[in-house]
Amino acid sequence: MKAKEKRLSGMALREVGVVAIILIIYVIGCLIEPRFFSFDVLVNILLFTPVLLLISLGEMMEIISQNLDVSVGSIMGFAATVGGAIFRYDKSFPIIVVFLVTTGIGVVLGLINGLLVTRFKLPSVIVTLGTMNIYRGLIFILMNAKQIDNMYIPQNLIALSQPMKSVIGIPYTVIIAFAAAALVALFLRRFKTGREIYAIGCNREAAELRGINATRISMLVFIIAGGLSGFAAMLFISRVGYVNPVTAGSGMEFTAVAAAVIGGTSMAGGVGTTLGTVLGCLLLGVIYNSISYIGISGYWQDAIYGAIIIIAVIIEKLIKTRLVKGQEA
Amino acid sequence: MSGHPLLAAKGIYKSFGKHEVLHGVDFDLREGEIHALIGENGAGKSTLLRILFGVHKASAGTIEYKGETVRINSPMDAKSYGMAMINQEPQVFSDMSILENIFLGHLELTSARMVDYKRMEKIADGLLQKLGLNMDVHSKMMGLSVAEQQMVEIAGALSSNASIIFMDEPTASLTPDEVQRLMDLIRRLKSEGKTIVYISHRLEEIKQISDRVTVLCDGKKVGCYNTAEITIDDMICSMIGCTLGEMIKKEETEISDEPHFAVKGLTSNGAFSNVTFEVRRGEILGIAGLMGSGRTEIARTIFGVMKRDAGTIEIDGKPVVINSPIDAIRHGIALVPEDRHGLGLFLKKPIAFNTTFAASWKIKRKLGFIDRKREKDVTEKYVEQLKTKLTSIYHNVGDLSGGNQQKVSLAKWLATDPDVLILDEPTRGIDVGAKTEVYKIINQLARDKKCIILISSELEEVLALSDRIVVMYEGRQTALFDRSEINEVNVLAAAHDFA
Repeated sequence: MKAKEKRLSGMALREVGVVAIILIIYVIGCLIEPRFFSFDVLVNILLFTPVLLLISLGEMMEIISQNLDVSVGSIMGFAATVGGAIFRYDKSFPIIVVFLVTTGIGVVLGLINGLLVTRFKLPSVIVTLGTMNIYRGLIFILMNAKQIDNMYIPQNLIALSQPMKSVIGIPYTVIIAFAAAALVALFLRRFKTGREIYAIGCNREAAELRGINATRISMLVFIIAGGLSGFAAMLFISRVGYVNPVTAGSGMEFTAVAAAVIGGTSMAGGVGTTLGTVLGCLLLGVIYNSISYIGISGYWQDAIYGAIIIIAVIIEKLIKTRLVKGQEA
Repeated sequence: MSGHPLLAAKGIYKSFGKHEVLHGVDFDLREGEIHALIGENGAGKSTLLRILFGVHKASAGTIEYKGETVRINSPMDAKSYGMAMINQEPQVFSDMSILENIFLGHLELTSARMVDYKRMEKIADGLLQKLGLNMDVHSKMMGLSVAEQQMVEIAGALSSNASIIFMDEPTASLTPDEVQRLMDLIRRLKSEGKTIVYISHRLEEIKQISDRVTVLCDGKKVGCYNTAEITIDDMICSMIGCTLGEMIKKEETEISDEPHFAVKGLTSNGAFSNVTFEVRRGEILGIAGLMGSGRTEIARTIFGVMKRDAGTIEIDGKPVVINSPIDAIRHGIALVPEDRHGLGLFLKKPIAFNTTFAASWKIKRKLGFIDRKREKDVTEKYVEQLKTKLTSIYHNVGDLSGGNQQKVSLAKWLATDPDVLILDEPTRGIDVGAKTEVYKIINQLARDKKCIILISSELEEVLALSDRIVVMYEGRQTALFDRSEINEVNVLAAAHDFA
């Protein structure tokens, strides 16, 4: 019983810790720049999350199942470009259908990743490093690297990211992303396949000895991660308002890994929570916004994200060592 | 009695690489019996079970379930025939709850297809009570003792409603009390109509509990007997019946008077503490103890892999500082590790590469280029000395049999010209023939005036070969026996800290 409390506090400690850091950064931001203390900024912080959150949730599942997918940014870019191209062709095309199309593209690209990894038993990092470049390259080939300008994007889609256009003041994209997170949490916690994702990440050999089809589950995770990235593409278009094939989703895979790891997802596999990943995204959102409000050069952003991911891993390691020691005592 | 056995294996062959481990084994299992499977290490018991359970695929042979030929290509298939496996090393999900560790693979679902934690909790509580365990099913698996983990695995097998349960050395890491509880449980399972296959090295257990015994030796079936009709002595005879009579023989060597190598008060926090012994040239010092007593850790600390927290290591009476394997090699110490695959060898690299890897200075030319000629000479010298059987020194080590792999592992460290040679489980997982050869080599090395530290979980080995024996118990040195004091009773008592 005692051991249980200790371990529970281990995970909860992590999440409380992230919340604390979010608050600290927010308060510091407000102290340095009073303008930071406003409803608009809070909405902006939330607005940072939708695209990242969807992609991070997929990445989190990959990491839990002991894979890593670095192609999610390219998948999002690919899907966004196709979505944009559809609107350029016909601006009045039903948005919901385009949502289905981009999600479908994500599913197919994820499926390709999954097939390569599971059929040939290759390391996922290498495979997705390859497909990351292939998918990105395909966008250039298909689009001649031309940008899809703002004039082609339907206002209805852009309105999804605008707080004014929402009945409760929080943009619909944010609500959509958090609803997706809730579904993912339900899936991971309450469904057989969700639990088996943790199982294969925790101990693949044991999972197979229990008759769990690890290949099928890995495959499914690649498909889900792809699908979420494809779905995120529409939220991306909505937020940014144009699609540049070069920059759309580029570097996103790194930010997604950062969000998941900050939220306590273990690179060793088998550990990670949806709530943690949501908090990880929010933390990155607070940092992103405070950097721009305080007036620090945007060039700092990448370095800061990089530092944070390393700090997060160090903290995880410290907590783990502490726990192990606590048990031995 | 029905005509067909519940489960039968016919003419099972299995090879790993070029090494055949099962040569046409038959095995049959009657419904409701407890069937023991015995044999020496490497006889093929676990491999046979793993083939029945679909983990390995047989190279040839058939499996029949109730008289019909079936294909079992994965544990999933095996489960569908009502089989479950308790593994030698518990296979657990340490970051997940005990509850999930019991049910993963066959989670209970609600009508809405969601995981039914409430129902599982109820079933688990019942099972754990039946097993006499008192644990909170919601706490995580990590932190449980091996015995508890094993019990959770058994609960898992029971919760899957398996009718055939394979137990691969379930008692290897249990205390006598826990063993007794397991025995009671197995009897109860039998009375409930379950069929059990039981692998163990402890023959008293087998005599106590099983209905029939199948004996394997070197990948062949020696026979299948009714337990009531066979004595323990007969079991031993048939297990080693095909081996070379008296296998282990100690050869007298000339032992110098002055110790060459010594450790004093050696301590590595959390692993072992205050270990003191010395080894003279030409002497074989055995280290005995149960699993987890700190044997391997001593070797790893001397070799600079694990941190030394206190104590000194002395060579010729002078303390030396060893903080890494490189320091150790420089002082003429070599460690042939327990885990050939993980630590000792590069299986996918050639024999020549492996042999010269630790002594690369011998074959390096200027600028770090490898002298192929010298590489060949060095390798062939040890192939000859150790009588390694191979077709070419440029083939990969992974293609060799276990015994020959072990010889390459030995060669790799002999090539560094050590004065002190630490052998950690030198005969684990190799067949009887290869074992005798390894014993000969150990004797030869002692005659060559090396200091040998022999660590082994096979007590007979340590008893027969050692000039002196250090006995460990839970990280403490409980005894140091001289040749005259060495006998099974003494060593066993010290290994259980009865003294």
